[in-house]
Amino acid sequence: MNSFILIAILLTLATIGYSFGQRRARKVSGGEPSTLHSRPQYYGLYVALWCGIPSLILMAIWLIVEPQVAEWMLISNLPEDIQALPADRLSLLINDVKNLASGNIVSREIDGALQRAADGYASARQIGNAAMVVVAIAIAVIGLGFAQRHITPTLRARNLFERAVSVLMIAASTIAVLTTLGIVLSLLFEAMRFFAQVPWYEFLFGLSWSPQTALRVDQVGGSGAFGAVPLFAGTLMITLIAMCVAVPIGLFSAIYMSEYAPPRMRAIVKPLLEILAGVPTVVYGFFAALTVAPFIRRTGESIGLDVSSESALAAGMVMGIMIIPFISSLSDDVMNAVPRALRDGAFALGATKSETIKQVIFPAALPGIVGSLLLAMSRAIGETMIVVMAAGLAANLTADPLEAVTTVTVQIVTLLVGDQEFDSAKTLAAFALGLVLFAITLTLNVIALHVVRRYREKYD
Amino acid sequence: MTDSTARVPALRRADLSEQRLKRRYAAEKRFRFYGLAAIFAALAILGLLIGTIVLNGHTAFVQTHLEIPVFLDPEVIDPEGNGDPGALRRADYQGLLKKSLRERFPDVSGRRDRIKLYGILSNGAGLDLRAEVQADPSIIGTNQTIWVKSSDDIDSLVKGYIDRDLPEGDRRVKDNEIAWIDALEADGGVEKQFNTTFFTAGDSREPEQAGIWGAAVGSFFTLMITLILSFPIGVLSAIYLEEFAPKNRWTDLIEVNINNLAAVPSIIFGLLGLAVFLGVFGFPRSAPLVGGMVLALMTLPTIIIAARAALKAVPPSIREAALGVGASRLQVVTHHVLPLALPGIMTGTIIGMAQALGETAPLLMIGMVAFIVDVPGGVTDPATVLPVQIFLWADAPERAFVEKTNGAIMVLLAFLILMNALAVLLRKRFERQW
Repeated sequence: MNSFILIAILLTLATIGYSFGQRRARKVSGGEPSTLHSRPQYYGLYVALWCGIPSLILMAIWLIVEPQVAEWMLISNLPEDIQALPADRLSLLINDVKNLASGNIVSREIDGALQRAADGYASARQIGNAAMVVVAIAIAVIGLGFAQRHITPTLRARNLFERAVSVLMIAASTIAVLTTLGIVLSLLFEAMRFFAQVPWYEFLFGLSWSPQTALRVDQVGGSGAFGAVPLFAGTLMITLIAMCVAVPIGLFSAIYMSEYAPPRMRAIVKPLLEILAGVPTVVYGFFAALTVAPFIRRTGESIGLDVSSESALAAGMVMGIMIIPFISSLSDDVMNAVPRALRDGAFALGATKSETIKQVIFPAALPGIVGSLLLAMSRAIGETMIVVMAAGLAANLTADPLEAVTTVTVQIVTLLVGDQEFDSAKTLAAFALGLVLFAITLTLNVIALHVVRRYREKYD
Repeated sequence: MTDSTARVPALRRADLSEQRLKRRYAAEKRFRFYGLAAIFAALAILGLLIGTIVLNGHTAFVQTHLEIPVFLDPEVIDPEGNGDPGALRRADYQGLLKKSLRERFPDVSGRRDRIKLYGILSNGAGLDLRAEVQADPSIIGTNQTIWVKSSDDIDSLVKGYIDRDLPEGDRRVKDNEIAWIDALEADGGVEKQFNTTFFTAGDSREPEQAGIWGAAVGSFFTLMITLILSFPIGVLSAIYLEEFAPKNRWTDLIEVNINNLAAVPSIIFGLLGLAVFLGVFGFPRSAPLVGGMVLALMTLPTIIIAARAALKAVPPSIREAALGVGASRLQVVTHHVLPLALPGIMTGTIIGMAQALGETAPLLMIGMVAFIVDVPGGVTDPATVLPVQIFLWADAPERAFVEKTNGAIMVLLAFLILMNALAVLLRKRFERQW
């Protein structure tokens, strides 16, 4: 909370700087604002920027760097024999010291050295925080004074302010690129560490998945197998089931909406269908696990089939429902974009409406429709909550939709939820799976966007 | 086409063409019917989804209370007799209630049966009594009848979720418990009252004491962080890309990037948060701060795309007029274009926030799945959010959590509907045709 108060203080200072700058500008103009280069507000903004930006940047850097410095100081203050501990034991110890310092319960015996270390750490953090507050406020005040002093009637305050804003805008728009970069790099980095322990061909082509790593060297069954083919097969099966549900319903509703439905019906039904896309996926997961799966199981039993309670069918069907609007909405737009002339031509030849749709509009809109199907598919592949709640955990390599299968996303969640050390093969495997998932969905998206864009250009 | 021209003579026969026309019209009707059926199916599924949730969830908003006459024994509550608030807080209120139950059903004997009898009350029933006493200490030493929460099994029984006709062994509520409840009910001592706990409490292992307030506050903090980060960044980058950016490779790259980010699975953002925010920067686990940052990155593309569309919809003549009277390019944007585009931007932002509110998967990655009883007091406290609470409750084994889960889903959906309605309203209210 400390930093929030500081941010509030800095913003207040900046506001004060704004009014100071304005007043100062009026003063240096000698009562005639028209002699100034810019309007007085810009002088105010100029001062506010000088006051706020450097101090906020300093604060951000401080917040990131300071804990690491404090930790480094903590380690170097520890007794020699503790410093010599292996890295993982040391990090556990450091965690305990930090917990002790913040007054939490600690799992080990507290001896004098530990308590001293904790006190030292706590006071270092306290001093660090206090120093940050003082330095940030000092910089803000200095910036205020500096900018204030610089105000003259010839200062091009507006241009300076506008340049600062455009730098800010460019910085903002690179965040999207940085995000992608961050995703790619973090996934690649962790996946590389995983592939150092498990060869990539074993991961991509191995047929058995049981991600246990040995806690003790002599543990039974602790070797672990990281062959991801069962996960890919499970993902593919659930996606296919989902597409089998969503494609007919989605496409036929899109056709009806764009070609047959009167405008009033369209106005009501289209938003209703889009609700399906707005329902949180955790709700679908709950629906699949509690309503659809038992229903399928009972139906299966009544006709003598043995259905698993976490069948791929239940998860796939519910996922299909979720992606209906992705298909119907985009396909609807695409079919609406087919030029009127094509339609009129077909009608003039005596075709019925359905013949026109089947033989003229649908082929003309096909690229766009394919694009929408690909987007829906990538959505289904990356969907997590439905499968986490309704599909199984057992990595079966099977083609039977009534059995339980597991998916890439389910495994990512199960590998990473809960307390694990960060560098075991088990947790790193999640990043390798994430990399595969990212690569597949990205490819699908790029193809889909490309196809849709090409199609739009054709008729625009 | 070629084979039909080969059979031209047959085509000309009037009777055949009539038949063919009939067939074509039938096909037309069928096709139309398929379309209607598809829409009907989709809407029916939507109805089923909402219907089952409301049907199973509306009872979460009421809670069975039992009326217990209780003697507020000063010996137990305030042995010193000085009204010390500490003593009032620590007193064994549950014990008083147990004593009253023993007096109400004097023929229950034996340890096992006694424990069963006490079990019809919630473990938190004593807290209800305590609140009552703390509000008005003058009732100490008098006889009062108060309403306290029943346990979750009794609650399920009263709400009719437990089939009384099942053999006793298959039922969670045994025959003697049913007899006690029926006896209380005969005196009018069983009532379903509005479940305030559900809206004011944090999570709990006991269904009747669990509430969504903790998760709702967590959601609020998370969304605030998301909004604070993604709105300015999104609007700034949209303005840059739409109004200022030169057309070159770099801006093309940014554009492609944003479009692709919008379709990256949400769980990947969770992995990013785990590796970068927790791993590299060392932010606290389970904190709304990190959750909000991850969700901000996720909603950023939505906001940018919506904001660009809104900016694009402002006609160029406005810009030209402003430039013509000597405004700088930034002034054109801040004084004229942005105010006109703001309703559209807000609509997009609200829709992005609604998405973020319903998101679960990335938050699982950064540890917002912990069992947290306390209501978070700030953005760095461990917290959970509504969808994750739903996920946690959906996994809980107690029967009564099913109803709580449905209830929480209803609350979440209500928020989402509210936000989307607001977005629609904004669009309707401020939409302009140029």
